[in-house]
This record gives sequence, C-alpha cells and structure tokens, in this order.
Amino acid sequence: MTVETTTSVTGLRNRPFGAARSERWSQLAPYAALAAIAAVLPWIGNEYWAVIGTRAAIYWVLVAGLNLIVGFAGQLAIGYVALLTLGAYTTSVLVAGNVIPAVPLPLAFGAATVIGAVFGLVVGLPALRLRTFYFAMSTLGFATIVTQIALAWKSVTGGGIGIVAPEFPAPFNTPWGFYGFCLIVAAIATWMSANVAHSRFGRALVAIRDAEVAAEANGISKVQFLVPVFLLGGAMAGIAGGLFATLQTYVTPDAFTFDLSVLFFIAILIGGRGSILGPLLGTILLTILPEFAAPLAAWSTFLYAVLLLVIVLAVPGGIADLIDFKNRRPLTDAREIQPQPALLSRVIARQPGSQPLSLRNVVLAFGGVRALDGLDLDVQPGRVHGLIGPNGSGKTTALNVISGYYAPQNGSVALGGATLELGHPESRASHGIARTFQTPRIVGEASVLENVMIGATVTGRATFLETLLALPRRATDERVLKAKATAALTAVGLETLADIRANRLQHSELRFVEIARALMLSPAFLLLDEPAAGLSADEIDRLGSLITEISRQGTGVLLVEHHADLIFAICERVTVLNLGRVLAEGAAAEIRVHKEVVSAYLGA
Amino acid sequence: MDFGATLLPILASGLAVGAIYALIGVTYNTMYSTSRVMSFTSGQLGMLGGVLGSLFILRLGMPLIVGFVLTIMACAIVGVVTEFIAVRPVLKSLDQHLYVLSTLALALMIQQFTAIEWSTEPQPFPRLFGLGSGSFDEKFWLPVAACAFTIGALELMQRHTLVGRAFLAVSEDNFAARSLGLPERNLRIASYALAGAIGGLAGFAGGELMLAFFANGGQYNFYGFVPVALGGLGNNRGSIVGGLALGLFQQAANFLVGGVFASVAVFIAFIIVLLAAPQGLFGTSTARRV
Repeated sequence: MTVETTTSVTGLRNRPFGAARSERWSQLAPYAALAAIAAVLPWIGNEYWAVIGTRAAIYWVLVAGLNLIVGFAGQLAIGYVALLTLGAYTTSVLVAGNVIPAVPLPLAFGAATVIGAVFGLVVGLPALRLRTFYFAMSTLGFATIVTQIALAWKSVTGGGIGIVAPEFPAPFNTPWGFYGFCLIVAAIATWMSANVAHSRFGRALVAIRDAEVAAEANGISKVQFLVPVFLLGGAMAGIAGGLFATLQTYVTPDAFTFDLSVLFFIAILIGGRGSILGPLLGTILLTILPEFAAPLAAWSTFLYAVLLLVIVLAVPGGIADLIDFKNRRPLTDAREIQPQPALLSRVIARQPGSQPLSLRNVVLAFGGVRALDGLDLDVQPGRVHGLIGPNGSGKTTALNVISGYYAPQNGSVALGGATLELGHPESRASHGIARTFQTPRIVGEASVLENVMIGATVTGRATFLETLLALPRRATDERVLKAKATAALTAVGLETLADIRANRLQHSELRFVEIARALMLSPAFLLLDEPAAGLSADEIDRLGSLITEISRQGTGVLLVEHHADLIFAICERVTVLNLGRVLAEGAAAEIRVHKEVVSAYLGA
Repeated sequence: MDFGATLLPILASGLAVGAIYALIGVTYNTMYSTSRVMSFTSGQLGMLGGVLGSLFILRLGMPLIVGFVLTIMACAIVGVVTEFIAVRPVLKSLDQHLYVLSTLALALMIQQFTAIEWSTEPQPFPRLFGLGSGSFDEKFWLPVAACAFTIGALELMQRHTLVGRAFLAVSEDNFAARSLGLPERNLRIASYALAGAIGGLAGFAGGELMLAFFANGGQYNFYGFVPVALGGLGNNRGSIVGGLALGLFQQAANFLVGGVFASVAVFIAFIIVLLAAPQGLFGTSTARRV
C-alpha cells in the first residue's frame, strides 16, 4: 500500500487567503448594525420607544442565558419566567426593606443574581439525569409554584397588590437613561454568551444536544457542562428580573404570566438553535410585534402558541438557517478523501506507551443472553489489533465495555496498572481512550472543524469563568484546538471541508471526520467500530494506510471490521470471537489459516 | 385527631383530587403507549371535560346524559386533533423532542381559546345527581368512581378484546407490531381518541369539585404528570397508586399547613423522588443502544 502525499484539489478551495479576517468582520457586522440602531433611537423616537427598547434589552439579558440552555444544550426549559419573577421580587423586597433592613441597589442586584443562579440550578437538576419531558415539566411546575407563593406570601411580596420596585439613581432614572443602562447590560450579556458559545463549552453543549453518546465518549459529562450553564442562565434571568421590576415601577404577580415564558422560548426557536444572532433578532421582533398588533392584544398568547407550532413544524432551523448563506453554496460532487498519513505525527505526537489495554474474564449478559462470556483481550500500544467474528459474537459489545457504555456483571478492564471504572463512558477520554461508532455520531448542525474540535474538549485548560470573561487562556485554548483540528482534518484528508456544515457530508466522509475527532485526544488507544463499512475499495486502501500510520505514532488500535482483506493487511494480531468467547487469538498469518476460524467465519 | 372534622375531609378530598390526577396520568400513558410521546394536551383535556360539561348542561340546558356524551365525544375529537396536528408531524424525529414544543403549543392554544371564549373566572359546574352530603358528597366520590370504572374497563379491554391486545402489542414493540400487519397508525389515532375520552371523563367527574375553569388545565398537566413520573412511564397501575397518594398528600398538607406549602412540598418531593429513582418507583430501566 502506498502512502498518499498529494495535496488534494477538490475545487472547494474557493476562499482566498486572508478570508478569515473578513469573515470575522462579516460575523460582527449585524451586531454593529443593531448597536448603531439602538444608539440612534433616542434621537428619532419618543419615550414610548425607550420603554419598548428597554423591554427588548431586558428580555434579551434573560434570553441570552436561556439560549445556551435551550438553543445550545437542547434542554427544554419552558418555565423560565419563574426566574424573572424571583429576580424582580428579590431586588424589590430587599430595596424596600420590608423583610430585612433596606439594602443598597447594587447589593440587591447581587442577591438577585445569586438567587437566580441557585434556583436556575435547582430547576435544572432533573435535566442531568432525566429525559427531556421531565425537565420541561419541572420548570413548568416551578413556574406555577413561584406565582402561587408570590400571591400568598403577602407580608413579603404584598400579595396581589404588589410592591414598589427600586428606582435607579441619576442619570439612569429617566426613560432614556434607564434604556442606556439596560443596553449596556444587554451588550455584556451578548458578549458573555458569545464567549461561552464559541468555546469548548459551547461545542460540548451542542454535542450533548445532538450527539449525546459521542459527547460521552469525548469525555463530556452532563454534570460538568450543564451545571455552569444552568447557574449562568439563572443568574442572567435574576438580573433581568431586577431590571424588569424597575421598568414596571410596580411588581405584581400578574406581570409574570406564562406568556412571557412562551415569548422567551419562541424567540430562541425563531432565531434558530445554536445561534446567538438569530435569537437576538427573535427577541427584538417578538417585543416589537405586539405594538403593531394592538387590536389582537387579547389573543397574543394564542398567536404566540400558533407561531410556536408553525416554527416547530415548518422551519425548525429558524432565522439562523434562513440567513446561513455560506452553507447554500453547492459542494463539488466528485470529491475524494485523500488522507495524508505522513502528517499524523503533528496530531498525535505522543510518547509511545508500554502499557497494554487488557480485559480479563469479562461477562456481560442481557437477560438470558451472554453477549460476552468470559472475554480476555490484550491490545498492545503501537499495534493494530483486529477483532473479528460473526454477527452477534460480541465485538461491538466488547468495544462498548471498554468505552464504558456497558457495565459488565463480572471481570475487569485495565489500562496498564490502572483499573478503569466500569460503566462510566465520560471517564474514558481522560485515560486517552478514543473511539468511533458504527453509525457516525456527528453534530450535523456544526461545521466539520467544530465537530473535530469536540474531540479535545477534555484537554481545554480555561475554566468556565475564564471562558465567560474571555480571559487569555480561552483564546489560547481556541487557537491550540483549532490548529490541532485543522492538522487532524488534513491528516485524514478532509481539510477542504472544514467550514462546511457536517450534515452536508457523505457517509464515507463522516467516518473520516469521526477518526479525526478521535485523534484530537492523541489517544493511547483508538477503538474503531467498522470504519470501512460503506467505503469504496480505494477509500478502504487509504483508510488502511491511515490506520497503520496511526499505530506507528504509538497509538494502539483495536479494529472491529468485517472486511477480512483490510484486517489481514494491517493487523499484527487478531482475536476471533464467537458467542461472546475467544475462538482464536494470534498473529494475523496464523489466524488466516486457523481451521475453526475458517470454518466458522472466514470461509474457504 | 378528630376523625369526623379533619381526617374524613382530608380522605374525601384527597382521594377525589387524587383520582382526577390518576386519570390524567392514565391519559398521558394512553397517548404514550402508542406514540412514545408525552403530550401537554393531557391536562387540557381534563379542563375541557369540566368546561364543556358546564357549557352543554348549564349554559345550553341539555339533559345530563346528552351533555355527558357530547363532552366525552368532543374530548375524544380533541385527542385525535392532537395526534394529527402536534404528534404525527414530529414522530419521525422523536429524538429531537420536538413533541414537547408542538404539544405545548397546542395545549396553550386550547387554554387561551377557552379563557377568551368561555371565561377567565371559574364557572359553576352542574350538580349531576344530588347524592350524598358532607364528606360523602358525590363531588368527592364521583371522580373515584370514574377512576375505578376506567381502570376496570381498560383491564377488560386489554385482556378480552382484539383491539386491547393490539394496543398492548404496539406499546410493547412498535416495529414488531407493524411487521405483524397491525394497523399501527389507526391504532395510534384510536389511542388518542381513547385518551381524550379518559381525560374528558376525569374533568367531567371532577367538575363539581374543581369547577369549570380554564386554568385547571395547567394544574392538571403538572399534577397529572407527577404520578406518571413516580409510577414509571406507561405504567397505569403506578399512575393510579401515585395519583391517589399525591392527592392525599396534597390535601393533608393543604388542611394542615396551607395550600402554598402543599404545592412546594409536592414540587420538592417530585424533584427528590425523580433524582433518586429516575425510572419511577414502579418502572424498569431499559438498556440503551450505542
């Protein structure tokens, strides 16, 4: 097999060099335009416009946080008005001083932020363990309860009569002054949510939404990534609540109808999942819309509901999809995957280890079926180890035990001296174990490059707080990950497709995207589950040389495959499974002529 | 504790609202069994049962039996409409959970329409038979009777009729049922009609207690879902036990410490139980596909 080194010319390289900078500007342009409109509003509009503009800005402060939860992480938090309510009452009650002595306004806002964050987390807890609908319900139940409490706890909230909201000091005590203040807060909210969105955290959230299984294999644990976002979303909702109270001047429970929750939600869906600009436009649109449809005011919730239904059924992609011109450009039909294995050393660059990956006496039964029946397996570093056998012999199950999706009833999985925890898929990435899947598990709505960057989520160094505030380590992370992902894509031969949305790729290309993603870990061991399925003969040859070169870089490869030619061309050792047990194990040449293997599986 | 003055009213009202919650839980389950969809319209069907009963019998002056039949039929139609508008279009992409949004949208439309066209205030529900008084008033035992009747009828249907067995087959394994030649789509529509009727019955039987009020829908949605979550998705017996327990717990807390704390207590219990037993107290976990 020859090692391909030619750079591919696929006709996709239609971006001139230096386009990156202009692209960055074109991304920022819509925000600049919005800021300009917001800045000239005081000179062209009356004070009524100030109120509407302020309301849009306040809603956006909440939606910017909620967008990370709903639009990015795909968690359907539908009762978020409850956190707005909490924030509004917190600032009002603290400043009014009817429970404890009155506190200054900034401190009251601090309290609203903390309370919002705490309850944002409490409401979010079910999402960490339960199916989507439960989370939707728990937020809905929370919204019901908060309104009830606001009504009933008269000594604090003033019940149905309400409570006076805090007033801002000059110069923010005029409509335009307050408008300016809220705009600044909204701008900060946009900046923060963009910092999170375009970081390993944002990509991990999208992976949790669209490819949960793959997210786990890449070390993304729901707890670690959702908890900070719930805290952030709650905190931003709390701040928005405080501002909302001041805008209302008087806080009553009926200001916080469920309509608002629906509005926030629709703003995100209209805007499009996984976008920031879209939901921002959606929020502005939905805030202004009722002003033009005054006669329909009574029907506004009904119309929002109709809108929600129409969006879900007709344009699930939202505004963001409609304005995504980049991905309308047709792709070249005749494109070839041309891996450049010679470049792998730049990606993997690891000290060859000496520790094997070993399974001992692994037993896994599904009901009465013993899928693995006392399996022993040793994969050496820097070698390609084939795992073959008839359908149902337990190959993929063995892979799933190693990568932690299944917890066997008996036996152990060890990497060198360290025993791996059984049944914790999200712990494997940090041990340097990466894998691909039989059906590629890809975030279809993210670009190919972003998909590959997900692979190195655990190697990022910037914490959530650093990311939120765009401290230096965030930029370093981004630069390092991007460079490495580009190198990985070049090595597997897909660098020209880096900016393309992944769901536009062919099946065979997705297989190589998965390999690139797995390489991002510089893995000690790489588990490949039928990587050649669906590839052409040429592509299988190139895949073979790619895998060989990966093993030469020190990575141990466990290859589950049905293409016997590929197995015997590149594997040094081969294990044959039958009915969950090892039928034969040995050097590839021995296995090829092994009598039982030939009769049970390979055929004459 | 004084039995007559405290315990008896708690038992009576607790079992009554518990039976309503249980029936709404069965409504959720019936829709879920053939479609794997939890629909927000379940609670609204209960609300409609009360509002339509009041509309037909009190406002339009129809005889009791006519009003009852019309209410149940109308609710069954709303169930089928749910299937057509909010469920079928999103079944293909079940894993994206779009049904949460589509059924929520439809539920909100029903609720808002009712609020505007009916009333935003609770309206009286007709006294149906005029039987019993005090803690033995019909308003307390009618929901319990409706619940018992529904469970009995569902059990009989599942054991002794072909349609009932077909339902079971579809809920057990959709693909296998289809390959056996079962009309999966028609069965799904039928189950939504059945769910609509059950939800309507819950609201109608509970009408005297809960009145004809548009906002009942949201309450039913949440409190009807709690027993489903506790009992395990699709498990009717779990829903009944969970519903009655929830009703008793809520009414006891209501009498003893006041309504708001009762709601808070229910919510906290809901979250804690779910975190401790994500599959519900009576549910079983399913293996995941990788």
